[in-house]
Amino acid sequence: MVQIFVLSIVVFGIFSIYETTVFNLQERGIKTSSNFFDEVAPFKVGFSPFLNFELGKTTYIEVFYIGILNTLLVALLGIFAATMLGFVIGILRLSPNWIASKISLIYIEIFRNVPLLLQIMFWNFAVFLAFLPPPKKSIEMGLFYLNSRGLHSPLPFIEDSNNFKIWILILALAALAGFIFSKWSKKKFELTGAALPVKTINILSFLAIAVFSYFFLRGPLGFDLPVLGKFNFKGGGQIPLPLFSLWFALTIYTSAFIAENVRAGIASVSKGQLEASRSLGLKRSQMINMIIIPQAMRVIIPPTISQFLNLTKNSSLAVAVGYEEIVAVWAGISLNQTGQALIIIAMTIIVYECMSLFTSFILNVYNRRIQITER
Amino acid sequence: MTETLSKFQKIPDREPPSSTVGMLAWVRINLFGTTTNTITTLLFLYVIYLFLPPFLDWAIFNANISGSDRSVCDENKSGACWTFVKVRFEQLLFGLYFATNPDQIWRPITALFTFGIILTPLLFEKTPFKKWLLLILLTAYPVFFIFIVYGGAFGIPVSDTGQWGGFLLTFALAFVGIVLALPLGILLALGRRSQMPVIRALSVTYIEFWRGTPLITILFMASVMLPLFFPSGVDFDKVVRAMIGITLFQSAYTAEAVRGGLQAIDKGQTEASMALGLGYWKRTIFIILPQALKISIPAIVNTFIALFKDTSLVSIIGLLDLLKMSQSASRSLEWNGYDIEGYLFAGFVFWACCYGMSSYSQKLERKLDTEGRTE
Repeated sequence: MVQIFVLSIVVFGIFSIYETTVFNLQERGIKTSSNFFDEVAPFKVGFSPFLNFELGKTTYIEVFYIGILNTLLVALLGIFAATMLGFVIGILRLSPNWIASKISLIYIEIFRNVPLLLQIMFWNFAVFLAFLPPPKKSIEMGLFYLNSRGLHSPLPFIEDSNNFKIWILILALAALAGFIFSKWSKKKFELTGAALPVKTINILSFLAIAVFSYFFLRGPLGFDLPVLGKFNFKGGGQIPLPLFSLWFALTIYTSAFIAENVRAGIASVSKGQLEASRSLGLKRSQMINMIIIPQAMRVIIPPTISQFLNLTKNSSLAVAVGYEEIVAVWAGISLNQTGQALIIIAMTIIVYECMSLFTSFILNVYNRRIQITER
Repeated sequence: MTETLSKFQKIPDREPPSSTVGMLAWVRINLFGTTTNTITTLLFLYVIYLFLPPFLDWAIFNANISGSDRSVCDENKSGACWTFVKVRFEQLLFGLYFATNPDQIWRPITALFTFGIILTPLLFEKTPFKKWLLLILLTAYPVFFIFIVYGGAFGIPVSDTGQWGGFLLTFALAFVGIVLALPLGILLALGRRSQMPVIRALSVTYIEFWRGTPLITILFMASVMLPLFFPSGVDFDKVVRAMIGITLFQSAYTAEAVRGGLQAIDKGQTEASMALGLGYWKRTIFIILPQALKISIPAIVNTFIALFKDTSLVSIIGLLDLLKMSQSASRSLEWNGYDIEGYLFAGFVFWACCYGMSSYSQKLERKLDTEGRTE
């Protein structure tokens, strides 16, 4: 009875809001429909590395795809860098070295207690835009160049598509061989107790095969290097400054949280485990690889996956610096141009909901897997 | 003979070897214990040497604080320009209305001061009548705040919310968010654990919907679409729209924090109160919630920290919160070029609040943790 009552109130509420919204929109001369998808977008999207943008040709729906892809790009870049940095800082936090531990404590406490938006604006406007040199005086970091326009990097491209396919095939076969080899040596280890340095052998032989076959196939993959032109760099990959600042700030902010997860995870391995492994006579490397990491990872991974989702959601703050991801380009510019608030906001929310559902799906799978291996 | 046997003479303890006590030993063990340790220490000392002295020079020793316009700072470019923060202090903290009407500035000061007076005793464990104080803070204080800061009664002139800004606005948004989200969140958390499938499904949908969407999208929705949801004639100003968006968003997070507390309550509590013949609401209000809320305080404080940082996002929809105020003040003609100082000041205020709250919640967590263990 209560349930029917509540449900009918909720349904009625949603329905009446929908009604008034459609009515209000019509009153303002906006007919809610998805016809605008195929209209040509009258604005420029500057950064679209995966889909070719052409002013006067690209339609709204393609702008939507560009937005999603740009969101995914900065999310992946951020996840990669934040994980690396977070693990280093989290491990330093537990280092016996007093200075290292205190510095990483300060790092964590500063960067996770300052709003991300402030950090993004600080790095972009107050630091990078103000202090990075113009293209002519770029900061050189090997093959990378950093200047006030952004970060320029070498970009791999396929020189000979046939040879490239063969090369990929060879790499896949090598990986498969390595996998079989590790299975075989594990079986042998269980039978005889003779342990081989499987990882080292696998990595070295894979690298050797990759390099050897690369030269044998006369370089199926080329690298397009950035070259300084008259005013700016030409060629190579370019990470424009808004993306670079956003990436930088997201990395630093999220790494502070991941570092805290890593610290808590490692600290959660009980002291008895370490003492037991020492009394079993395990080497330090064995203790780290076989006792600490497997147990710590169970505690570290679930909250870290949530951090990845947070990072993806936080990438929507790109609006502040003008990086063209989905909120900026779709819920911002496209909405202003077409006025189709209902459809556009709904689509934006659906994109994020999908990412969130995907994350919780992965988390559930992971949790089920570690639950089985637990006693 | 007998004398030497019967008389026990304590040999004085030998001093511990000088290599294990005192400053020097501490340094040797913690900083130069092993080769890697030594290298790490030297590396970090070098990094500190590179960054700390120039920063201190800039921020403190060479900094400008005297004067009341930019001429002082322009003469001494090597130091920070705290004059800017000093001159614009009222504006940064209380917004434009109170900065332009200095005779009214006692109002926000009284409001914030009262908040401090009520909050401080709550932080100590042994304060009597804690529940009543908390109740006053959550119910009477908001009324008092509106009365004194918004004005409009007893001859206090109205300060339009459109003119609110700075730290005062940040505080108001965050406080409204937590006060309104708390009851909503408790209901949602109860709903999520309800036996009734429809209620449970509705709560889960609601919670996951808001948790999956970034706040910036919700704020866009609140500022663009909220007027559309209601029949024309019903209109909210910008600040209230943001408050609605923040409350809906925050209630989902509060619900999850409270749910954690509910899950930690032993099933025996429910069963015992059922056996005593208590109905659902009596059981929940008198037995379950008091225990669950106590456990979930640290988690609620953590969501509150996140909310406090996230209020800075309202600057994207055009509200002049602390972040936006520092940015626009440092971009004004008068102070153009001193945005690092603006960001640092805003960042420091945010940091101090968040760090304070997080240390408090950590302390509480540790206390609850040990309480659980002794039982």
